[in-house]
Amino acid sequence: MPKDTSIKSVLIIGSGPIIIGQACEFDYSGSQASRSLREEGIEVSLINSNPATIMTDSVTADHIYLLPLTVESIVQVLEDRQIDAVLPTMGGQTALNLAIEAGKLGVWEKYNIRLIGVDLDAIELAENREAFRQHMIDIGLKVAPSYIANSFLEGKDAAQKIGYPLVIRPSYTLGGTGGGFVHKAEEFDNALRRGLNMSPTHEVLVEKAVLGWKEFELELLRDANDNVIIICTVENLDPMGIHTGDSITVAPAMTLSDTAYQQMRDEAIQAMRSLGNFAGGCNIQFSQNPETEELIVIEINPRVSRSSALASKATGYPIAKIAAKLAIGYTLDELKNQITKTTSAYFEPTLDYVIVKMPRWNFEKFHGADHTLGLQMKSVGEVMGIGRNFQEALQKACQSLENNRMGLGADMKEWIKTSDILERLEKASEDRIFRLKDALRLGVPEKTIQKLTHIDPWFIKQIKDLVKKEQKLQRYNVAEDIPQAFFLELKQAGYSDSQIAWLLRIDEEEVTKQRKKLGIRRTYKIVDTCAAEFEAQTPYFYSTFDYENESIPTDKKKIIVLGAGPNRIGQGIEFDYCCVHGLLAIKEVGYEAIMVNCNPETVSTDFDMADKLYFEPVFWEHLEEILELEKPEGVIVQLGGQTALKLAQKFDEKGIKIIGTSYQSLDLAEDRGVFSDLLKELDIPYPRYGASSDADEALQIANEVGYPVLVRPSYVLGGQRMRIVINDDELERHVLSIFKHMPNNRVLIDQFLDRAKEAEIDAICDGDDVHIMGIMEHIEPAGVHSGDSSAVLPTYSLSVDAVNKMVEYTHKLAKALNIKGLINIQFAIKDDKVYVIEANPRASRTTPFIAKAYKVPYLKIATKVMMGTHKLRDFDIKPQPSGFAIKVPVFSFNKFPNVDKNLGPEMRSTGEEIRFIKDLSDPFFIELDRQRNMYLTR
Amino acid sequence: MGELKDAPAILLLEDGTVFHGKAAGHIGTTTGEICFNTGMTGYQEIFTDPSYFGQLLVTTNAHIGNYGTKRSETESWSIKIAGLICKNFTWQYSRQQADTSIQEYFDDEKLVGISSVDTRAIVRHIRDKGAMNAIISSEILDVEELKKKLAEVPSMKGLELASKVTTKEAFTLGNPDAKYKVAVMDYGVKQNILNCFTERDCYVKVFPAKTTAEEVISWGADGYFLSNGPGDPAAMDYAVQTAKRLMEEDKPLFGICLGHQLLALSVDIPTYKMHNGHRGINHPVKNLLTGKSEITSQNHGFGVSPEAIYANEDKVEITHINLNDDTIEGIKIKGKNAFSVQYHPEASPGPHDARYLFDHFINLMEN
Repeated sequence: MPKDTSIKSVLIIGSGPIIIGQACEFDYSGSQASRSLREEGIEVSLINSNPATIMTDSVTADHIYLLPLTVESIVQVLEDRQIDAVLPTMGGQTALNLAIEAGKLGVWEKYNIRLIGVDLDAIELAENREAFRQHMIDIGLKVAPSYIANSFLEGKDAAQKIGYPLVIRPSYTLGGTGGGFVHKAEEFDNALRRGLNMSPTHEVLVEKAVLGWKEFELELLRDANDNVIIICTVENLDPMGIHTGDSITVAPAMTLSDTAYQQMRDEAIQAMRSLGNFAGGCNIQFSQNPETEELIVIEINPRVSRSSALASKATGYPIAKIAAKLAIGYTLDELKNQITKTTSAYFEPTLDYVIVKMPRWNFEKFHGADHTLGLQMKSVGEVMGIGRNFQEALQKACQSLENNRMGLGADMKEWIKTSDILERLEKASEDRIFRLKDALRLGVPEKTIQKLTHIDPWFIKQIKDLVKKEQKLQRYNVAEDIPQAFFLELKQAGYSDSQIAWLLRIDEEEVTKQRKKLGIRRTYKIVDTCAAEFEAQTPYFYSTFDYENESIPTDKKKIIVLGAGPNRIGQGIEFDYCCVHGLLAIKEVGYEAIMVNCNPETVSTDFDMADKLYFEPVFWEHLEEILELEKPEGVIVQLGGQTALKLAQKFDEKGIKIIGTSYQSLDLAEDRGVFSDLLKELDIPYPRYGASSDADEALQIANEVGYPVLVRPSYVLGGQRMRIVINDDELERHVLSIFKHMPNNRVLIDQFLDRAKEAEIDAICDGDDVHIMGIMEHIEPAGVHSGDSSAVLPTYSLSVDAVNKMVEYTHKLAKALNIKGLINIQFAIKDDKVYVIEANPRASRTTPFIAKAYKVPYLKIATKVMMGTHKLRDFDIKPQPSGFAIKVPVFSFNKFPNVDKNLGPEMRSTGEEIRFIKDLSDPFFIELDRQRNMYLTR
Repeated sequence: MGELKDAPAILLLEDGTVFHGKAAGHIGTTTGEICFNTGMTGYQEIFTDPSYFGQLLVTTNAHIGNYGTKRSETESWSIKIAGLICKNFTWQYSRQQADTSIQEYFDDEKLVGISSVDTRAIVRHIRDKGAMNAIISSEILDVEELKKKLAEVPSMKGLELASKVTTKEAFTLGNPDAKYKVAVMDYGVKQNILNCFTERDCYVKVFPAKTTAEEVISWGADGYFLSNGPGDPAAMDYAVQTAKRLMEEDKPLFGICLGHQLLALSVDIPTYKMHNGHRGINHPVKNLLTGKSEITSQNHGFGVSPEAIYANEDKVEITHINLNDDTIEGIKIKGKNAFSVQYHPEASPGPHDARYLFDHFINLMEN
């Protein structure tokens, strides 16, 4: 069936602010869908309240509506513009719920809008636990035995029938919210009450727990002609019982025979075809009894999901892009494979590599949170490692996590107490895979580990093999002793030079030198959907240690953009927005744009964003090899958040050019002492402060500075471990805790400007001129992390004098720091005196927000300024302000019921929203301002 | 199990390209035509598929052997590939229902393989240069000596191999009282094709490749089947003659893979050797009669000439085409009850999308 030509204008609904369980993967899907529809000449309107997204950018869609995701906003869009159809499957559960709600209120009917790519009845069926269960049974598929309960009594009754362990799954909740395992009768009452409360329909499913069964996920695409294909099969390393979003997952499936797989494939296709009639993506989860290979269906998501983003990156098959085309009537056999451009889109991708996805948690931001992993997702981001074998992919994923791990252990962070380790194996938390290796290293039998973790023996054996390799390596004393073949074997198993160095207790440099001497270098392979059967046209690479290198550098001038790695609190989607714009700017000035990143949820790792994509850890060793192969003009570190910035020193040492602001200036801004000296020299006020490396010194400084003081470790992200303390006792306790958790770090003690106002400026400097992008005033007082504050653009209550001072200081500082590119400066204003709190010589969290609010492509301008191809005066910058724009933080506290929800100096929000108001009489603003007063009286 | 064996092995291609790797399976030397299969599951079914007779198989999947081997998941009674070339040969498997590891299996069957070679580089090489002969050895590590041995290996083109894998004696399968009787011409038939018949209430008699048509006809079948198998169909005149004769009976006649090529040859449509062939379980085929598409399991190095079919549309109708390269995937002989497909509807390994073709055959016998 060809394209439906009656559809000329489509509305895509986004997923709103980032929350746990719904992250930037929907920016990826929404952006892809939008570009895919525009390719077909369709006018795309896009509604989303999240300003940090690429999808809400004029490069992505024709008409952007940065509005709250409500039915009123939808009506506003429909009044404003002629829309033929709405595509609600690209924005996660949020978009679907909104589409359902609007449908119930008759909005779609009233405006004569077609819903495409979705069947609301199918959604309803998949979401309603009991109806879904019955439906699966009706079509002859198996499910776990279960009962539905709408009341406490019904729940108790169900538990009695099923027995323990059992699972409680609330209906209609996102990311498993409110669900959980119940192992004992004593735990049941609380769990049931919580489940019933979390479900908007006050309904839970009480289900038999199939503990120890294996878990698999299939990603499917269906077209209007009922053709169905499987894009990817993912095996969860963590067995049933841990949410997929919190599981380490592997593709292709590692332990599935063809007979078992084909049964799964048949059932998946049957299930999808039985679910209404829609063209688009679908995700199905199965569980397999390892003994009998019996299958049961766990759940179905008849829409593009987090797993679709992963499957797209894992296979190279752009699911959202194709799903959008299917939604407007195309069938799969009419479309081309986007990677080969010559073969059909109707096929099933095949991999000649292995991918491992690892979740990234941020428990340290949620004091008191239960670290146990279960049915409810708790991770805030994810990374993907690609390798030619499982071990390599796993270790690359570990290197991508950015939690100072050098791979899967062998990096000084091992545990040595068997009893502690065994406890952690049984009660899964964020470090289980590392503890699993510790246990094997200490000689715990594989069988015991299997019994405690239910992880398939194949994975355990693979990790055991790593332990054996390490034992073999430790027989050598120096790098020169390692035989070439064994050295290569280690590298092929994913070991970083630093792990090898640690195991031999030698310097990393020594290992690297010897490795290069032996000619053991990375080669690059293409992710091509077809295991090289056909020639690929897309430059999507990963590294490995193999014979042939497929990444042939061009002789064009090129620039590398470093990505921000996994999403986490304090560093999220906003930096992906910055990176994507950086890539576009580099291309616009005629250079080759090369992207390095390892976060599968992002737009920057879409294969058609950069001229060349290296899906690699943002980890020094990997970067060095890319740099030595590509020999770029330089590297951009200003766009990828702290992750990229902190690599600047290494680049500088190695003589690699940093595009824009030099390392010396970057370092100056980060080094509190030198920076304060600079402020003093420039006659700019700053809070009194001191730095110490022991508790005595800290006490002395605090008393000099005067309580209350702000205490934090130096060089951290998002205010990690930052506290306001009011006396010696509190100070001592906190300082000791910092030294315990972060040895070898210094502690910074700042005068806390109580009841002060906070404000910030983002600016671009080209060495001569400074352009102020925006001045934002925080509604919450000083003491609340800027990322958790509501920022109003422009300022609304500060005096003209204070604003002028801030601008003046920004000019002074940008020039003194010799900034070429972006700078963000944070201010505190007390009694009309302006203090500079800190300066970040890079893209900040608020840069995309300002770009959206003022409709100026600031990131592109900044990138061109960094590159030196343009001066600020080359641009005609015309901001289009309208009233006030407010950046509102959004939290995911409902995932952590026991966590203190009060805000403080440590950032805890997971996402943000933009709100436009005409004036300060807007009720939304009045409410925010009222909350501020609450903080002040606390 | 445990310590990885590190015995070296060499793969030498006809054009002189050499890859160094590690021995996998039996220590020895083996030769054949190199080909690659892109499936991510079903290695054991592939190893035992008689159509692979005489071929050195490159598996593109990163790991081979993860789920061990299981006696019931074979397509014939022994390994049929001539040798295996893979990236990671996994000694340690995990599957409760499995019988042995792949290494033990290869040892028992004396199959020689090589692992730890850049299989992707090999695929890219033969993708461009085309299919060619090759030699694997884990006992002779002198390339010059291997070159001499390799020179003695005949080209696959013009090679008749079906008679080497066909059954020696005719045999029957299934319930003698079943509703339909199907006579199978065995050129290297896969076990699951036979299963697909017996599951559909058929009593099957499998005939050796060179059985005369008269003898087959005398059994009194309701339908005839031309099986898959190895080698060049153009070198199988005896089988083409049998197909011609069987078609005259005007009973339903169904061909798969080599059987498809033989059916084409029987109406004077020539076959050709493909540059690389299709081997994998993800090949897109469109059914031109229904407009629907199916993902198929494929394994063929020869194809049916599209030009000749387009020139003979009065005789032959194209029923299926390949969506990647528009090659012929299925035909129907006009005015006859005969049809065939180039791919493997019986799957094993691979998707079950095309099983309907067996039902179609049954329906033809019913009418």
